[in-house]
Amino acid sequence: MSDTKEITRRDFLSEITVGALGVAGLGGAALTYQYFSPNVLFEPSTTFRAGNPDLYPANSVTFLQDQQVYIVRTPDGFFAVSAVCTHLGCVTQWKPEANIIACPCHGSKFEPNGKKIEGPAPRPLPHFSVTLTADGELLVDKLQVIKADQVLKV
Amino acid sequence: MATSFQTAVENLRATRVWKSIFRRGPAITNRTRSVAVFGNLFLHWLPVKVREKSLRVRAAYYLGSLSFLLFLLLVVTGVLLMFYYHPAAPNAYRDMKDLRFVVSNGVFLRNMHRIAAHLMVLLVFCHMFHVFYRGGYKPPHEFNWVVGVVLLLVTLFLSYTGYLLPWDQLAFWAVTVGTNIVSAMPIIGSKVRFVALGGNIVGENALLRFYVLHVVILPLLAFLFIGVHFWRVQKDGGLTVRSKDDDGKN
Repeated sequence: MSDTKEITRRDFLSEITVGALGVAGLGGAALTYQYFSPNVLFEPSTTFRAGNPDLYPANSVTFLQDQQVYIVRTPDGFFAVSAVCTHLGCVTQWKPEANIIACPCHGSKFEPNGKKIEGPAPRPLPHFSVTLTADGELLVDKLQVIKADQVLKV
Repeated sequence: MATSFQTAVENLRATRVWKSIFRRGPAITNRTRSVAVFGNLFLHWLPVKVREKSLRVRAAYYLGSLSFLLFLLLVVTGVLLMFYYHPAAPNAYRDMKDLRFVVSNGVFLRNMHRIAAHLMVLLVFCHMFHVFYRGGYKPPHEFNWVVGVVLLLVTLFLSYTGYLLPWDQLAFWAVTVGTNIVSAMPIIGSKVRFVALGGNIVGENALLRFYVLHVVILPLLAFLFIGVHFWRVQKDGGLTVRSKDDDGKN
């Protein structure tokens, strides 16, 4: 053990102190990160009832402004398409005369089923899960994105 | 023998980034030491020479320093609390309850702020008594004593304005009683109360006014006067009266 480097008590204590302060600093940063991640959100619910299916005429696109969702009824059934453009989050508009969904901000265009026609948008508009409640109303869950070929037959 | 920490600092000082920030070598001569003080925004208001006696560590020296440390702690925890607090009715009370029961570590931060505030009032009084019994108000320290009294008042106002912010029964009645004491002042009393509350009752205007005083105006005043206070300690040549054998030369 003769080649072991001796350290003085002062050096030992100062290294311990710096180490302890470092651990305390890291712990404080972790606690602060936890503090900044809210446990309760005061945001609108992501699931909503879209009313009775009979409200929607056949072969129609209906814009629900409060929820920023299109309810589309085709001969196959129902699906819900997000109205929020996948480019930078603007709210798109349904243009029945051209049969397209158009974004007013940067000119992206989509088919009524969300498929991208042109524009800077990188992805098609996502489809949200649509189910029926026990009392026969449409229930849309905006947190559940489903494949574009899934439709709800009523 | 250098510790690994000291070696790390020496290596850091040799880097180009460090040299671009500090633009000088180690402070080893009197000249390089004063250049170091002058060239640093946070030190340049210190006197060129600081008496070793005024930096000497004694237990009571820490009453003022501890008050300052508590003030810094209160600024940090207070800013963090501001991220969840709306100064409006009825949100204020709900936000305070959320901080206690819902937000991660919220109760820890809130209690740290609350207990540090109580401790700061206590320590500022202890600091004042210590300075008083050491004769710290005598020449050449008279001006700094007055600055200290202003800081005592700022501390008390910070404590009082913060008392309303939880917006609970205790806060409401404390401020009702306190502002009624203000209105006992002759002639201007009721006017001062009206302006302080922004109305005749302790309502939303009063909450917002106390909030702005608590988080902006009073902390800025405190920083300003703390700066003057520390600066005068060094300019006056130490914390307490010089002894007779001290001729006052640096």
